[in-house]
Amino acid sequence: MDNSIEFILNGQPVTYRGSATARLLDVLRDTYRQTGVKCGCKEGECGACSIILDGRLVNSCMVAMGRVGGSDVLTIEGYALTPQFKVLDAAYASVSAAQCGYCIPGMLLASECVLRTHPNPTEEQIREGISGNLCRCTGYNAIVKAVQSAAKEGAGLW
Amino acid sequence: MLDISRSVAKKDHAPKTNGSAMYVGDFAPDGLLYGQLVRSPYARAKVLGITLPPLPEGYFTVDASDVPGVNQVHIVKDDTPVFAEDTVEFIGDPVLMLVGPNEEEVARLAAAVQVAYEPLPAVTDIQSADTAFFTYQFGRGDVAQAFHTADKVYEESFETGYQEQAYLETQGLMADYVDGKVTVHGSLQCPYYIHGALIKALGLSPDRVRVVQDATGGGFGGKEDYPSILACQVAVAAIKANGKPVRVWFGRREDIEFTSKRHPSLCVYKVAVKDGRVTAMDIDVTFNAGAYTTLSAVVLQRGIIASPGVYEVPNLRVQGRAVKTNTVPNGAYRGFGAPQTFFAVEMMMDHIARDRGEDPLKFKLANASVQGAMTSTSGRYHFPVPLPRMAETVRHMSGYDQKWQAYAAPQTGRYRKGIGMSIWFHGAGFTGSGERDHIKAVTKLHKYADGRVEILASQAEIGQGICTTLCKIVANELNLPLDSVFYEYPDTDRVPDSGPTVASRSLMTVGELLRRAAIRLRSQWRDGEEQVVEEHFTEPDFVIPFHIETFEGDAYPTYAWAACAAEVTVDTLTGVNSLTGVWACFDVGTPMDENIVMGQMEGGLLQGLGYASMEQMAADRQGRIRNNSFTDYIIPTSVDVPVMQVKLHVEEYPHGPYGAKGAGELPLVGAAAAYMAAMEQALGANIRHIPFSAEDALHILTENQKEVR
Repeated sequence: MDNSIEFILNGQPVTYRGSATARLLDVLRDTYRQTGVKCGCKEGECGACSIILDGRLVNSCMVAMGRVGGSDVLTIEGYALTPQFKVLDAAYASVSAAQCGYCIPGMLLASECVLRTHPNPTEEQIREGISGNLCRCTGYNAIVKAVQSAAKEGAGLW
Repeated sequence: MLDISRSVAKKDHAPKTNGSAMYVGDFAPDGLLYGQLVRSPYARAKVLGITLPPLPEGYFTVDASDVPGVNQVHIVKDDTPVFAEDTVEFIGDPVLMLVGPNEEEVARLAAAVQVAYEPLPAVTDIQSADTAFFTYQFGRGDVAQAFHTADKVYEESFETGYQEQAYLETQGLMADYVDGKVTVHGSLQCPYYIHGALIKALGLSPDRVRVVQDATGGGFGGKEDYPSILACQVAVAAIKANGKPVRVWFGRREDIEFTSKRHPSLCVYKVAVKDGRVTAMDIDVTFNAGAYTTLSAVVLQRGIIASPGVYEVPNLRVQGRAVKTNTVPNGAYRGFGAPQTFFAVEMMMDHIARDRGEDPLKFKLANASVQGAMTSTSGRYHFPVPLPRMAETVRHMSGYDQKWQAYAAPQTGRYRKGIGMSIWFHGAGFTGSGERDHIKAVTKLHKYADGRVEILASQAEIGQGICTTLCKIVANELNLPLDSVFYEYPDTDRVPDSGPTVASRSLMTVGELLRRAAIRLRSQWRDGEEQVVEEHFTEPDFVIPFHIETFEGDAYPTYAWAACAAEVTVDTLTGVNSLTGVWACFDVGTPMDENIVMGQMEGGLLQGLGYASMEQMAADRQGRIRNNSFTDYIIPTSVDVPVMQVKLHVEEYPHGPYGAKGAGELPLVGAAAAYMAAMEQALGANIRHIPFSAEDALHILTENQKEVR
């Protein structure tokens, strides 16, 4: 029986041979060594394991591999190669928005999704857009500022 | 602004944004074994025997009988066992660890371990505790006389609950044992605390124990003492694992339920007021230590020293005790005992002011200490106390005066508003003589032949930016570009013991040592040569020696100061409140990097606001923590406090690097009191406990209505 699951990981077609009930989070970390995808709770509450699945921000701990066939998966490792990342990364650096760093890969992907939806976001839209990603270090102000600044610096990219 | 305060891109920025930073869970070495602790389901019981399920090849267990040295974890007093032996003392007390190559199989086998217990009577709440691990008292003046001659005497009790550090990366460590040497690495704040604990538990000489920090996903005190316990357990397993590495990495529920938290407290205040001045305080503080002492002695010390708040109290009596309960041991969390007592004293002062019909802020400032005044421990505030100016700043930022007046008028609509303000300090660095007598910090600078300089110290970068700020100090003193100075995650094989990453001490104390080392290196600099300079801690001359037996002297060389206002709207139908604005001013001396300091202030402030209200954690009668997930233990998200504005007030501390002093803990300490003072104004009632829930608000509103009828 063919038990393979084909999907696109960071632009490359891959074939996963394993259980359809495995968590996408575990498969990304263990099988594909995408360790920038962080595990903070495995219950869909913290957002540290956020990835972009077919253009939408999801908690990869809440996705079974069976759902991933034919889908497009973007992790921080893939996102880090894009021009959009470059702008957001510089914006995060300019306000020192990364402290312990554990929420940051997910937070960057959440920021990307905010800017895709709202290229010129209001503060409220930013706060709403990152509200599924917990950060215990920053108090969120620096992250909000970074997204605002990226929207300006990267005008036209989103 | 000093040049050094200008922000730079943090040294550890890139690996943390592109996902390449290696946290303990990210390593996948060959032959990795997974460990799972088997824990007591009883708050107190005798261990009668252990029956293991059949273990497949490659799987094994370790327990107390495998501990090669002493079955005690060295923390302060060493009463925490590595693995429980004859009795278990709390729900979660580890009895053994199951180890093997497949994580799921390890979990299955761990669940199949049968431990026979004989349950024993347990104490699970602070009120019924009958054993005090530590008792202290101190004071001065004639308290009885002051109460006798007072215009009015106020007496109230205050309770505070648990608070979970909720670092985003749960606790985890890895260990291996190769050629007679143990290496432990992972998520931690204090490499040399762990080093010391391993030497004792493993019975190894210091050179056969190595501790290395990995990228660490937050600490906030939670990774101060707990990793010493976990390190001993993992290392014992590694010794039995024949060279294979062993990792224990907690799930979120295990982490919340069984690792250290902020001590719940019960504080009783009796305060004498005469002619508008506080003339005496009689304070009784009880902290719930949990089952073992861990850090409770030092947490309690800081808590009671801070208990009279920022106020000048001529007649003072303070008693404190940390009591044993059969619950998870509580430990370090940002603020370290002071958030409990500052909540109590600030609410107390609010209540007195309201009873007197005064604006609480005016009453507080009229009673606040000034430079040169005596501290609670009869030391001195040697340096400026800028509270009046800082309070002024916050009044303007928040529109306090106008709002306080407006909200003081009777409110009858569904939505009611309030504004409140608190003022506080945080003693910078270790309490008392710890730095001089126990830590004795040593740092080194290693200059390579190519002119690059490496900082050798044991400070852990846990998000607070220490790897950047220390490099900035050294680069500045040596006139080097920041790229030429570097600091790696500490490795006890390579770095001296510059002390733990705690007590808001790293930048102020170790940063100053490194500044002095850099000055020496500059004076001896020889191009093209490898050079090493070493610097040792010396206590500044002005410090009045602190005596822990009497609690007399300077408990801290200096203080960081804070003023904060919070504004709320309460929905009287649901009891739910929203924080419509929070404004704060912090004095942490010269910022070594503006962005980094602002990040510390804003992040700490939000934790302090969470402590007051949404971060609800309760233990049931059996002593089991009920809120063990992010579904039940709610920490603030980006939408919870949309307006949070912080300003810095700079008072240079002449004995810190370029005027810097302790920063990290300050913003959390008194935030809860500002929030609850605002709630009191909106609800028209006194609040005496945190966390304060929507149900609590409804309860007050219902009681008020009964009174009206």
